[in-house]
Amino acid sequence: MTEKNHTVRAYDEELIRLSAELAEMGGMAESMVADSLTALSRMDTKLAQRVIATDARMDFLQRDIEERAIRVIVKRQPMALDLREVVGCMRISADLERVGDLAKNISKRVVAISGGLGTNFGAKKVIIGLEHLSSIALEQLKAVLDAYRERSVTAAAIVRERDDEIDALYTSLFRELLTYMMEDPRNITFCTHLLFCAKNLERVGDHATNIAETVHYVVTGQQLVDDRPKGDSTAVMPEG
Amino acid sequence: MSELTEERFRERAEAPGNDAGDGTSAAAGGSISVQPDEFHHARDIGELEKVFELESLSVSYAGVPAVKEVSMDIYKNEVTALIGPSGCGKSTLIRCLNRMNDLVPTAEVTGRLLYHGEDLYGPKVDPVQVRKLIGMVFQKPNPFPKSIYENVAYGPRIHGLAKTRADLDAIVESALRKASLWEEVKDRLNDSGTGLSGGQQQRLCIARTIAVGPEVILMDEPCSALDPIATARIEELMDELRENYTIIIVTHSMQQAARVSQRTAFFHLGTLVEQGDTDDIFHAPKDQRTQDYITGRFG
Repeated sequence: MTEKNHTVRAYDEELIRLSAELAEMGGMAESMVADSLTALSRMDTKLAQRVIATDARMDFLQRDIEERAIRVIVKRQPMALDLREVVGCMRISADLERVGDLAKNISKRVVAISGGLGTNFGAKKVIIGLEHLSSIALEQLKAVLDAYRERSVTAAAIVRERDDEIDALYTSLFRELLTYMMEDPRNITFCTHLLFCAKNLERVGDHATNIAETVHYVVTGQQLVDDRPKGDSTAVMPEG
Repeated sequence: MSELTEERFRERAEAPGNDAGDGTSAAAGGSISVQPDEFHHARDIGELEKVFELESLSVSYAGVPAVKEVSMDIYKNEVTALIGPSGCGKSTLIRCLNRMNDLVPTAEVTGRLLYHGEDLYGPKVDPVQVRKLIGMVFQKPNPFPKSIYENVAYGPRIHGLAKTRADLDAIVESALRKASLWEEVKDRLNDSGTGLSGGQQQRLCIARTIAVGPEVILMDEPCSALDPIATARIEELMDELRENYTIIIVTHSMQQAARVSQRTAFFHLGTLVEQGDTDDIFHAPKDQRTQDYITGRFG
C-alpha cells in the first residue's frame, strides 16, 4: 500500500496485523484445497488427516481477525478507506474460513471412501476431472488473493468473470457421475462422495468470486450489483 | 421584567392544554439516542433551493489570506458540515455567512456571497437584520448573565417581535421547546441561565438564536465543550431543527460531521478541497487530502 502512515502509530500496527493474519489465512486456504485434492487422487488418508487438523488454525484466525477488526472499529472509528479495509478483512476472512471448511470436507470424504473403491467404473477419470476443477478453483483463489494484495479492481473483475468456467466444469462432472450411478447402483456411495467433492470445489470458486467483489468494494467503495455469468445449470437440470 | 409577570407566565405555561409552543420538538427527558439517518443521502442538488451561493469568496486578515477563492452552494433544510484541520479557514468562512467578520477591523472580504440570490455584502444590507435571519451558536455556551426567560426574550424584544407580554411568553416557550429545553426549565424560568449545565446552556443558546425567527443557524463547534450525552442531545436536536432551518456546522469531530450532516465540505489551508454528499465524503472521498485527513493520516 502506498498510503501514508496514521498519526497514531498503533493504529497502523493494528491494520498491519489484520492484513498479516489474512495473508496467513489465504496461503493456508490455498494449500488446504491443494492438499485435499492430492489426498483424494492418491487416497492418502494421512495427508487428509493433516488437512483436517489444519482447519482448527483457520477457524482460530478467522475469529481472531473478526475480534481484532471489531476492536479497531471500537477504538479508532475508521473512516473511508480504513473502514473499507477493516470491513474487507472481516468479509474475506469469513470466505477463507469457508474455503478451509470445504477443503476439510473433501479430506473427510477421502478418509470415508479410502477403504472401498469397489468397482473400477471410471473413478480415475472422474478424479482427473476433479483435479482439473480444483486447479481452476485454486487459480481463481490465488488470482483473487493477488488482486487483493495489489488492490486491483481489474484483476478482481477477471476472477469474477471466470467463475462460469468452474460452474460449467462442475455441471459436466455432475452429469458424468449421474451416468455412473445409473449404470451400477454399487457406485452410488462412492459417486455421491465425489459429487460432494466437486460441489465443494465449485463452492471454493464462489468464495473466490465473493472475495473479488469485496476487493472491488475495498478499492472503490461501491458494491457490485450486476449479475455475473452463471455456468452451473445442475439446479435446473431435468431428470434423466 | 417584574416578578409578577414572570409568575403569571409560569402559571400560564403550566396550565394543561395551554400549549403556547408549536410542539414540533419532542419533550426533553425522553430518549437521548441519536437516530441514525441511514442511507438518507443528501437529496439531488437539482431539486434543492440554494440559501447561500459563494463565488470565489476570499477573506484575509490584515492582508494575510485565511480563505481563498471558495465557491460553493449551501442548500435549504440541510445540515452542511465544514471540516478541516485547525487554521483551514472554516471558522472564518462561517463567520462571513452572517457578517461577523465586520467586527474585525482588519478583515477584508472579496468575491461574492449571495443569500437567496442577494449580495450579503451589498451596500443596503443591514448587518443587524442579517444576524437576525442568520443566527449563530458558539463553541462555548455563552448565555447572558440573566434569567433563562430573559436570555430567550432578549432578542425578540429588541427586534420588536412581540407586541404584548403574552406574545413574548409564547415566543419564549416555543423557542425553548424547539431547543428541547422547555421540559427541563419551565419551572425555573427566572433562575439564572448560567446556572444550567453545559449542555442545557448550549440548548439555551440555541433557543436564544431560534427566538428571533432565523432561517439559518450557524454552529461553530457547538459540542466541543459538552459531554457525550449532551452532545447526542444537540445532534438529535439538529436533526429535528433541519426540518425548519438550514444549519451550517463547523466541527472537529469527523464522526459528528458524518452523523449530523447531509453535505460535507473539507477545507485545507484556506481552500475548499472537496465537498459533496456526506456519505460519499466519509465512505469514499475523491481527493487524497480528504482521505488523509478523515482517516487520521494528516501532516
